[in-house]
Amino acid sequence: MSIDYNDKISKAVQQVPPSAIRRFFDVAAEMKGHVISLSIGEPDFVTPWQIREAGINSLIEGYTHYSPNAGYTDSRQAICDYLKRRYGVSYDYKHELLITVGGSEGLDLAARALINPGDEVIIVEPCFVAYKATVLFAHGVPVVVETKPENNYKLMPEELEAAITDKTKYIIIGYPNNPTGAVMTLEDYAKIRDVLLKYPDIVVLSDELYCELNYLDSRPASLTQFSELRDRVVMVNGFSKSYAMTGFRIGYVAGPSELIAPMVKIHQYCIMSAPSTAQFCAIEAAANADAEVAKMREEYNHRRRVIIKGLEDAGLSCFTPYGAFYAFPCIKSTGLTSEEFCERFLIEKHVAIVPGNAFGACGEGFVRISYAASMEDIKEAMQLLKEFVEELKKG
Amino acid sequence: MIDDIELLRLIENNSRLSYEEIATMLGTSASEVEQEITRLKEENVILGYTTIINWEKKAPDNCIGMIEVRITPVKNKGYDHLAQVLSKYDKVTACYLMSGGFDLMIIYEDKTLRDIATFVTEKIATQEGVLSTTTHFILKKYKASGVIYDNPERDDRQAIIL
Ligand SMILES: Cc1ncc(COP(=O)(O)O)c(C=O)c1O
Repeated sequence: MSIDYNDKISKAVQQVPPSAIRRFFDVAAEMKGHVISLSIGEPDFVTPWQIREAGINSLIEGYTHYSPNAGYTDSRQAICDYLKRRYGVSYDYKHELLITVGGSEGLDLAARALINPGDEVIIVEPCFVAYKATVLFAHGVPVVVETKPENNYKLMPEELEAAITDKTKYIIIGYPNNPTGAVMTLEDYAKIRDVLLKYPDIVVLSDELYCELNYLDSRPASLTQFSELRDRVVMVNGFSKSYAMTGFRIGYVAGPSELIAPMVKIHQYCIMSAPSTAQFCAIEAAANADAEVAKMREEYNHRRRVIIKGLEDAGLSCFTPYGAFYAFPCIKSTGLTSEEFCERFLIEKHVAIVPGNAFGACGEGFVRISYAASMEDIKEAMQLLKEFVEELKKG
Repeated sequence: MIDDIELLRLIENNSRLSYEEIATMLGTSASEVEQEITRLKEENVILGYTTIINWEKKAPDNCIGMIEVRITPVKNKGYDHLAQVLSKYDKVTACYLMSGGFDLMIIYEDKTLRDIATFVTEKIATQEGVLSTTTHFILKKYKASGVIYDNPERDDRQAIIL
């Protein structure tokens, strides 16, 4: 070996550590198939049939080529119609919407479009693991704001304001939240808006992948709904969670044309266009799947309540989650770390859940339980959790 | 307050849930669920509880006929009279008044094709007002009661997704 790869691989890439819970990952992967998995951040539902069929039909009709860079006109229009219908916000499909390879690409595009080396980006933890990584890959400096269970994991205006400096370029907010299941209401967002109005240069990236999975209010609430922020809020959204379409790899960003245009530029050189087949599916989803989404939402909501009850019965404290398909209970009372807890629960009871520290340092002492799983699995897992916690307490 | 439609959807999919389980899922109390279910039974909204069985596995030779019946309504009795009479047979599992080219759709289950033929010729065709019948036999069930029989879909997700 003559090449020193440490020297070759970009420092920006090297500084992102492989996931903190690598070892746990390996154990879980090995045991898959023999365990109950409440560790999966994607819907257990198969994509509603008519959405799949739209993709199949597009293949029959020979739509097997690149689409326009920003996406097919019909797809963009269908998404803009959806946003108007569900959010009450109007976007011009020609200049204010870009179809991406999942919400993931949107997060990456924003980082690359906005960050100059050394710029600060405020990240609200615990959160989806891509936020920090995209910022680091783009030579930005993540500044972490930690949300707390006593605030229902909402972003508090004073905590946001305390993190703002003259280097702050943008802030990433993600509600309904992965991993906590927290939601922000429009009133909560109004307080954030008031802070933002004091800092007119700061852009907001609002990750709303779980917007349809809100059990407090079936209508999405979002910073995009404040017209006074219209010129600087970019919504990252997609079909993965709301429509059970993770494998289609389709999402979008919506925002002011001045911010969408540079993202289109990167996308056009690095990606060309989002998958054409998936864009046809997206039309069907955006236009004709409200009923299917409502059905999934209702089922998730039933499971959510069963999980909350199960955690109570197991004696673990948990703030009440109202969004996504996660609960984020505290396991500090057991005396174990998040990782110890999850590893022992997996090995002793054959249930996989995720250590909270995977989502930021402040997730230590917590675990993420996903209810994107069948009701039978959830009930059984909750019973096993109760046994496990009781055994731990007996010592 | 229970959303009774949500409650009905829930037990339509799984009638074996206990009052406690339903209560947890709907965010209410078991006694309220019991009250609501009692009310829905009294109002004949809930008519009974069944199990979805794939009989093809246990009694593969059983036959199901779908019988289209054209009738002239009997004076003063409309279609209801004949429909009610035919519905009384145990082996008639469904009976519908239809729009279109015929009037009643009868679903009839028995052991053999001959049993069904006998029922049609002896019990239906002989009824006053029956003009004609057309009988279709089910060859294979792919989906019934909202359940797909041999669904190839499986959980192909990775062990952990963050
Ligand atoms: C909060 C959040 N944002 C974005 C994504 C990325 O979703 P996709 O790229 O499938 O649209 C995920 C996926 O886990 C997520 O949880």
